[in-house]
Amino acid sequence: MRKTLLALAASAAVLIPGGAMAQDKTKACWIYIGPIGDFGWSYQHHQGLLDVEKEFGDKVETAFLESVPESADAERALERLARSGCDIIFTTSFGYMDPTNKIAGRFPDVKFEHATGYKREHENVSTYNSKFHEGRYVQGVIAAKMSEAGVAGYIASFPIPEVVMGINAFLLGAQSVNPDFKVKVVWANTWFDPGKEADAAKALIDQGVDIITQHTDSTAPIQVAAERGIKAFGQASDMIAFGPETQLTSIIDDWGPYYIERVKAVMDGTWEQVDVWGDMAEGHVVMAPYTNMPDDVKALAEETEAKIKSHEFNPFTGPINKQDGTQWLADGEVAEDGFLLGLNFYVEGVDDQLPQ
Amino acid sequence: MRIELVKRPQHSKLFSALSPFLAFGLTIVAGAVLFALLGKNPATTLYYYFIDPLTEVWSLHELAIKAAPLILIAVGLSVCFLSNNWNIGAEGQFLMGAVAGSMLPVLFPEFQFWIVLPLMLLMGMAGGAAYAAIPAFLKVRFNTNEILTSLMLVYVAQLFLDWLVRGPWRNPAGFNFPETRNFHSYAILPEILPDSGRAHWGFVFALVAALLVWFLLSKTLKGFEVKVLGQSPRAGRFAGFSAGRMVIFAFLVSGALAGLAGISEVSGAIGQLRPSFSPGYGFTAIIVAFLGRLNPLGIVAAGLVLALTYLGGEAAQISVGLSDKVVRAFQGMILFFVLACDTMIHYQIRFVRPQAAGAGETSHV
Repeated sequence: MRKTLLALAASAAVLIPGGAMAQDKTKACWIYIGPIGDFGWSYQHHQGLLDVEKEFGDKVETAFLESVPESADAERALERLARSGCDIIFTTSFGYMDPTNKIAGRFPDVKFEHATGYKREHENVSTYNSKFHEGRYVQGVIAAKMSEAGVAGYIASFPIPEVVMGINAFLLGAQSVNPDFKVKVVWANTWFDPGKEADAAKALIDQGVDIITQHTDSTAPIQVAAERGIKAFGQASDMIAFGPETQLTSIIDDWGPYYIERVKAVMDGTWEQVDVWGDMAEGHVVMAPYTNMPDDVKALAEETEAKIKSHEFNPFTGPINKQDGTQWLADGEVAEDGFLLGLNFYVEGVDDQLPQ
Repeated sequence: MRIELVKRPQHSKLFSALSPFLAFGLTIVAGAVLFALLGKNPATTLYYYFIDPLTEVWSLHELAIKAAPLILIAVGLSVCFLSNNWNIGAEGQFLMGAVAGSMLPVLFPEFQFWIVLPLMLLMGMAGGAAYAAIPAFLKVRFNTNEILTSLMLVYVAQLFLDWLVRGPWRNPAGFNFPETRNFHSYAILPEILPDSGRAHWGFVFALVAALLVWFLLSKTLKGFEVKVLGQSPRAGRFAGFSAGRMVIFAFLVSGALAGLAGISEVSGAIGQLRPSFSPGYGFTAIIVAFLGRLNPLGIVAAGLVLALTYLGGEAAQISVGLSDKVVRAFQGMILFFVLACDTMIHYQIRFVRPQAAGAGETSHV
């Protein structure tokens, strides 16, 4: 056995090209929380990887690790990527925040880009995220137009600012059409669990909602909505294939442009630490085609989208009250980005108590 | 035609010893075929899987980190399984050990003194043991099935941890994300050789535990008691051994070791509590215990091999572009061949023809 192994090792050593050949290529690497086939979050990041390959062709080499748990394994996975010659590593889940910063301290020559986090403990760590709530406002407008019950169901993941922001933006959009509109929230406490997400969708529909939207990554909720004959919104990617008669639109996370820009910066030697919060105008947040709705709703949705895109309108513009009825933003006042990033309360009209 | 497994009257000592190597060889062959069918070079892929992680020092450290909890838990489980106590809930004891041990740095972050770490380790062991005592007590007192109670308590522990880190123990400066505050430096289990990698003392605990339990099982009366009560409770009773006390003993030992594994993992490798910091160590350890044939020293080897398959799987993903799914299927093949080889040593396959079935009807039970 030993001999066989040694022989294998010897033959393999001959077959494996030395690390030297990678010198003129830039190596870009990713780690994903879910499988690349989740058709949601991780799938979209992987599309970004493919965009980078398409853009740079032979000049770039890529690698990725999928389904990496946010346990001690994440740090090992990152170290392995860093040691395998990656020049830039994108870590695409919040739970990779501390491992990313730890490994970045040990590999100062490698650039790290952490999605959705807030810690940049070393100069070679950037953070990036997108203003998904802009898209959620548009969805709210559509929901209020399409719903007969006046109540939408919201499948949420974790009570973090980004998710709370999304719920608020969705409701504000809906209230701009129907001031009495309500949102029911179910916390699935997961980013990706088709079974749990489907159960949440069923529970919400049983409680009388006739529109489903989600801040979790699988296609299960839209499939349940399709079975029950109500409308729903996709998440992270265009999920129209999973509900051709069901999906109204979807917020598409288009990471491609950002990834191309950052990999290019590494190639040119111009990479610098940034904290990016991309929006619709920059093409980081894209709305899937407006489908399964009358023309007037579609026109209103397009108009809302255009206003947000041109920065003519910000979803968080007062007057807005907090859930308990006290004032948050005065008439015409616009919420600051820094405040939104730590948002931990609901606006008036959310039919749920925020888990604290 | 029907296929039957018939117990061999005696099994070959030689093949028993060779079995793990035979299984490994078969895995290599089957893996090579699988990789070739996927269009990957089998030699390269196998190299990355089994050799590459062993060629660098940092990677050996990672191997120790991954193997430490598996070995610690599995060593404890061997005492349980040998005494015929089916503790399936090591995952829960692992989590509760971590929770109990984390109380000091999370609830009293101002209390920073060298005594914190030893206290945390002791509290971790106590937490794991206390949690294991529940199914043990239920079994002794009410004769409940410990497989069910210990397993169900895993879910209780998972939800309890989840509730803690989302609610009362959440990091006040963490933007509502579900995790506790980071442990202060006195609450971190140090690295063994900080210059070369990040393996922490948990691996040393695992080796010491394996040696101690090996000594206990093979050289002491208590070890004899464990095995007698496991193989023949009736004979054990004649010898004056108490089955009830053995249940408690086995569960406490295995719970304490699982708890120690839990607090070592949290304090050594992660540095804070999170809702899901265990990728199922408590369940994987059951496999490790049986791969190591319930022998503490065998378990050390089995734990290292299983840890290697995780590391190798990552290396193969990055270097050869093997999918995560293939990696897991390959891991499954290893376990399959180990079990198949063991079965074939103890049993032989017999093909029974339908015509002959009438005559042979009485021979099988």
